[in-house]
Amino acid sequence: MKRRKLSRRDILQGSIALAAGTVFASPARAQAPEPVAVTPALVEAAKKEGKLIFYSSIDLPVGEKLGKAFEAAFPGITIQIERSGSERLFQRIDQEFASNIRAADIINSSDASHFISWKKNGWLMPFVPEDVAKHFPENYRDPDGLFATSRVWLSSIAYNTNLVKPEDAPKSFADLLDPRWAGKMVKGHPAYSGTIMTATFQMVRELGWEYMEKLAKQRVMQVQSSTDPPKKLSLGERAVMADGNEYGIVLLKEAGQPVEPVYPTEGTPTISGPTGIFKTAPHPNAAKLFQAWLHTRETQQFFVDFTAQYSIHAQVQSKPGRRKISDIKLMKEDAEGVEKMTEEIKTRYARLFRV
Amino acid sequence: MTTVTTADTPKRRLDLTRPVLWLFAAFMIVLIVLPLSWLVVFAFTDKARRPTLQNFVTLFTDPAFLDPLMTTAIIATTSATICCLVAAPIGWLVSRTDMPGRQIIRALVTASFVTPPFLGAVAWELLAAPNSGMLNQLYRYLTGAEDPLFDIYSLTGLIFVISCYTFPFVFVLVANALDNMPGELEDASAILGGKAWTTARRVTIPLALPALVAGALIAFLQAMTLFGSPAILALPAGFHTMTTKIWSLFQYPPKLELAAAAAVPLLLLTILLLQGQKFLLGRRGFSVVGGKYGAPRPIEMGGWRWAALAFCLLVLLNPVFLPYFALLNAAFSPNATTLVTPSTATLHNVVFVFTELSSTQLALKNTVILGASTATVGTILALVVAYVTTRRVIASHRLLGFLATAPVAVPGIVLGVGLFLSYTRPPFVLYGTLWILLLAFLTINLPSAYQQLQAAFATIHPELEDASRILGATRLQALRQITAPLLRTGVIATWCFIFIGVMRELSAAIVLFTSQTKVLSVLIYDLNESGDLAAIAVLGIAMLVITFTVVLAVNRIPMFGGGAGARLRNS
Repeated sequence: MKRRKLSRRDILQGSIALAAGTVFASPARAQAPEPVAVTPALVEAAKKEGKLIFYSSIDLPVGEKLGKAFEAAFPGITIQIERSGSERLFQRIDQEFASNIRAADIINSSDASHFISWKKNGWLMPFVPEDVAKHFPENYRDPDGLFATSRVWLSSIAYNTNLVKPEDAPKSFADLLDPRWAGKMVKGHPAYSGTIMTATFQMVRELGWEYMEKLAKQRVMQVQSSTDPPKKLSLGERAVMADGNEYGIVLLKEAGQPVEPVYPTEGTPTISGPTGIFKTAPHPNAAKLFQAWLHTRETQQFFVDFTAQYSIHAQVQSKPGRRKISDIKLMKEDAEGVEKMTEEIKTRYARLFRV
Repeated sequence: MTTVTTADTPKRRLDLTRPVLWLFAAFMIVLIVLPLSWLVVFAFTDKARRPTLQNFVTLFTDPAFLDPLMTTAIIATTSATICCLVAAPIGWLVSRTDMPGRQIIRALVTASFVTPPFLGAVAWELLAAPNSGMLNQLYRYLTGAEDPLFDIYSLTGLIFVISCYTFPFVFVLVANALDNMPGELEDASAILGGKAWTTARRVTIPLALPALVAGALIAFLQAMTLFGSPAILALPAGFHTMTTKIWSLFQYPPKLELAAAAAVPLLLLTILLLQGQKFLLGRRGFSVVGGKYGAPRPIEMGGWRWAALAFCLLVLLNPVFLPYFALLNAAFSPNATTLVTPSTATLHNVVFVFTELSSTQLALKNTVILGASTATVGTILALVVAYVTTRRVIASHRLLGFLATAPVAVPGIVLGVGLFLSYTRPPFVLYGTLWILLLAFLTINLPSAYQQLQAAFATIHPELEDASRILGATRLQALRQITAPLLRTGVIATWCFIFIGVMRELSAAIVLFTSQTKVLSVLIYDLNESGDLAAIAVLGIAMLVITFTVVLAVNRIPMFGGGAGARLRNS
């Protein structure tokens, strides 16, 4: 079979399209600035600044690897990655801006709805990398050129193969409510992690709050980051992951750890992580360079290969041997829906899970 | 003529003492009163700063707030009890018996004091997480059992871990009191026919009781106000304590009014307890110090000596040996809870932390800068206040002493909230700089530093200073030339003590840090949230190495029982 690249059509087939025309497509699309490539002038200006502060929720080891790749590509610029959960970063950005602290240059959030707020606040700087203009579908970039989706990934179920036989493994979210999984599951927290926030929104939309109510009675081990459940699973601390980064599971599995992803029959929650530059960035040129570099075909390919996430870039191919996103039944994204429901999710979740 | 000139000379010289001292007093007032005032203002007002009691009504009608309050009370009470039950016998064995290895035991208790509680909590995750924990793995392997021996993610687990890193506070007070206890009193009892047990019951225990009560109180306060251990162990188990609850109110959108209001009960309870202790003990705590008594004779334990040592080592297995072993193992193992063997040992984690993790350098730098500057400024401040209060230099010396002790009643996270409210608005916009952390660490460590140095000052008779002043020195000169050299040991011990305090501190830092002002404790906490246990192990070990190196470099470790360095968060 001919290897298919992840194209726009795949993504639409996968029905992960962000509700088109509602979030990223607004009438004022003429305002987007001219696309910019990685030019020697930009590199020079960035090197003068010498530093870049990148707020991100990407799993630490792979995030730092991305940072090192940037440093290697442009010697003389050091990158400081401020990793935390996206909801936590959102709160900190808010707190810092309220106190007039402008430390962040550029941010990648795992909760796309954050960009709606930041755009409303007028905090983002318009900047369109050439590759984004040429190779990114419109649904995955802001019409005003304020941000673009740098990565797409999933929040799946998974199990530890030493503790669970494949035939006994849960196949669906509904299976997780079986009493035999009580006390054996681990999950992330939507008030910390943007991935879990987005996933919780989609699960509640598809399965209702009743599902969460029942899940809360299963004595689930509650960790914070969506990067943590895969790690707890591979340690054997819990047998089943109720939500968390699918890419973490894939990477651990490839490294020989006893973990196996499960793509639930109801559909797998899908998360896209946009990146945008802050208007007040202390290192604006380094931020532009990073944004341009991050969305090139080479970087996106490299990113997809070593992080097991998915790219929107039309020319990026999925790594041989990995499952293609088009083969997975996905839940639909809706950043605007998340934005409206964030507070409700946090409050109801805290009441159900008691933390 | 000549006589007059000589007598006049000191007067003509400008004596800066008073202005300097008033400046210190003003600084202290700003340092402590400002954050607490903002805290009270926020607790009793709404978003528009209109007075209201609604915040308290909201909190006290919400089970999501009352449950943590109850949980915290249980944790604090049980931890304090356990600490006393463990620390008192060890303190007695180390101080009053001929048990072998007494100095080693003291050093090991020091080691558990130097270990930050949040690091201990992570280490215990590695050891006793119900399924992956190494002790549980071993237990299953040996017995073939299904269920874990010990679940660290539980109320019991949390109480256990908190006790592990709180008992040194009780130990120090008890051991100190016993060290200073006049041996003659026990001898008198023995001469009058009292058997060993009678002597213990009628003489030793009553004399040591005030120290034990003080220790219990401090243990209670510590357990109540800890943030790191509950955040690491209680949240996965699905329950909150007061500190984690207050912190969760900072989530977006931040409910600062509620956070301030939630801090008020902690504050009131602390003040109440400190008052209660005063009422209970009066001045009895000091009665054993005075005059020249002979050193107490160690009690001969005969064959029990080794059993006693075994008991001490068994207890110290929990805060020191096992956790350090778990951290070392995780640092060099490819899989945090798998026993490392020579063939699987890897430097990957070390390489990752020191070459790839981009926050490491900044956090290390910030921590060392803050540790050293807080220790220096704090020691100077405590020195001045202690001098003023013991020598009664200015009229309001009592107030100054009270101000220096007051922060003991302010839990770290409460102080963090107060400082955040104070220094994110004019006239002092310090949030986002290291200054706000310096202020926080300074305030938190001031009471114990002040207590230590006050004790040190009390041992130096003022006539030495007076002699210097009669010979024409100003007060500041007298201090520099006469008193300072005499205080050297005490000052160095206090410096080290504050430095360790900064390394241990998480609860205020977690509220006050920004990306550019991250400290090691916050970085370790961040890594725990994302589940990067191996990186924590490496950073934690690095942190301990730094602490020990700095403390050793400044001087020897302030051995417990070694004079002024012995008093911890005394009150």
